[in-house]
Amino acid sequence: MTATVPMTAALALGDDALVLSHRLGEWAGHAPVLEEEVALANIALDLLGQARVLLSMVGDEDDLAYLREERAFRNLQLVEQPNGDFAHTIARQLYFSTYQHLLYSELAASGGPFAPLAAKAVKEVAYHRDHAEQWTLRLGDGTDESHERMRRACQALWKFTGEPFQPVEGLDAGFSGLETAWLESVGDVLRRATLTLPEGARTGAWSAGAGRQGLHTEPFGRMLAEMQHLHRSHPGAAW
Amino acid sequence: MTTAAAHRTDPAGAYGEDTAGTAEFERAFDAAVAADERIEPRDWMPDAYRATLVRQIAQHAHSEIIGMQPEANWITRAPSLRRKAILMAKVQDEAGHGLYLYSAAETLGTGRDELLDKLHSGRQKYSSIFNYPTLTWADVGAIGWLVDGAAITNQVPLCRCSYGPYARAMVRICKEESFHQRQGYELLLALSNGTPEQHAMAQDAVDRWWWPSLMMFGPPDDESQHSAQSMAWKIKRRSNDELRQRFVDICVPQAESLGLTLPDPDLRWDEERGHYEFGAIDWTEFWEVLKGNGPCNEERITQRRRAHDEGAWVREAGAAYAVKHTGGTGGARA
Repeated sequence: MTATVPMTAALALGDDALVLSHRLGEWAGHAPVLEEEVALANIALDLLGQARVLLSMVGDEDDLAYLREERAFRNLQLVEQPNGDFAHTIARQLYFSTYQHLLYSELAASGGPFAPLAAKAVKEVAYHRDHAEQWTLRLGDGTDESHERMRRACQALWKFTGEPFQPVEGLDAGFSGLETAWLESVGDVLRRATLTLPEGARTGAWSAGAGRQGLHTEPFGRMLAEMQHLHRSHPGAAW
Repeated sequence: MTTAAAHRTDPAGAYGEDTAGTAEFERAFDAAVAADERIEPRDWMPDAYRATLVRQIAQHAHSEIIGMQPEANWITRAPSLRRKAILMAKVQDEAGHGLYLYSAAETLGTGRDELLDKLHSGRQKYSSIFNYPTLTWADVGAIGWLVDGAAITNQVPLCRCSYGPYARAMVRICKEESFHQRQGYELLLALSNGTPEQHAMAQDAVDRWWWPSLMMFGPPDDESQHSAQSMAWKIKRRSNDELRQRFVDICVPQAESLGLTLPDPDLRWDEERGHYEFGAIDWTEFWEVLKGNGPCNEERITQRRRAHDEGAWVREAGAAYAVKHTGGTGGARA
């Protein structure tokens, strides 16, 4: 079975989960309320579990996580974006979890190499999506301040939302159908949150879209430096 | 549950006003404690018992949430994905422990907001151990093995505490703490058996965390401010020195198995007592850290306050949304 796992696709999915898990892990000890310490850690742990399975399909999980250079990572630029305020973290999660839930539902039904992982993960991701939706409603339709912060966060991350729907080699999914469903779902959540779909390009020269090709944004290098430092300081050591 | 002694439910406003009634309630309370029964939230209890419990449970809850900081300090640098998952799960557990404990305190009539306010303004304390820094990855192991080990030694007797909700919260917490202690030991074992640099990292961490861990049991029995009354009320079931001795006796052979040494030249087995003798604890350091002069007191409370203050708008949004959508006053935003 491992012989049939497409490397590019496994890295794309695995790196998305690994990198977003890391970002969520940065919240530990900083969350706005104790319940969110538990919730954000829970999502981070689910994603880390998925990343470990996916990376292990195509190599040693630690070699892949700790010894690749920035340009070899295949994650979306969306997931590497810094946490920002809680609204940015929620907007990022809404955009990503909606995409991941739609994609994994399709992969789970596909019978391809990722079907077993996707079938298990899709149950976890349904909760991540619900959590992001519930907070989007509360922040959008909460106070004037939270509305404005959520509006800004959705706008700031909007340019990263075209990238998830670029075809990935070895990933057998109907990306244009996914994109339609994504726009519909996110549009509906934002409307219920008294917000509107942001304006501006989602693809093209001035939007993001090259994470899958190994082109990342400036904060990502710093994130990797922190993540990989200790492992790389002790070459060959076991932990 | 059948009870040998008659628990008396406190009718609203009765205690403190009717002396004869209070005396009767007090006898029922004393009898329940003497019979090793649990006091429950609706039972009458002396004001001082209630206040002591709130103080102790709050301090414990605060310790859980402040204690997240030194370990969270290493989540983003964990050297393998397996270790990262374990550490994240552990820090998450601590947030969960905070939640159970604040809820236990709430059963005594004091809410989480009030307790957090007291923590942030310095009117309530957390365990001083968390005012020490985590300087290397091995510190994560040393905290698990020694700090969580000391916490378990302290907390296992609390599973039999006279106050029901606290005792029940402690049963669950102790199970999770026991897992934390084992992961710390296993982490140190991997380092101790690893490269010379890893071994040195583990030894250095144990050298720095050993004495502060012994201080976690609190001052010697004859100087302990709250101990006697807490023992009588069966909130506390073993003395500080007794628990400290038990901890040392457990740790010495474990250190040997780890291939690490404990930084105490006076440590030796006392055949006669059947216990390990250990050197004098530097209580000046303990009192200094307690007074706020430890290496990280300022940083810990500052980070806690910052997270709370920066999260205020999120909590307000949640509250405002709840009002709008439960038929409250505010209408939906146009």
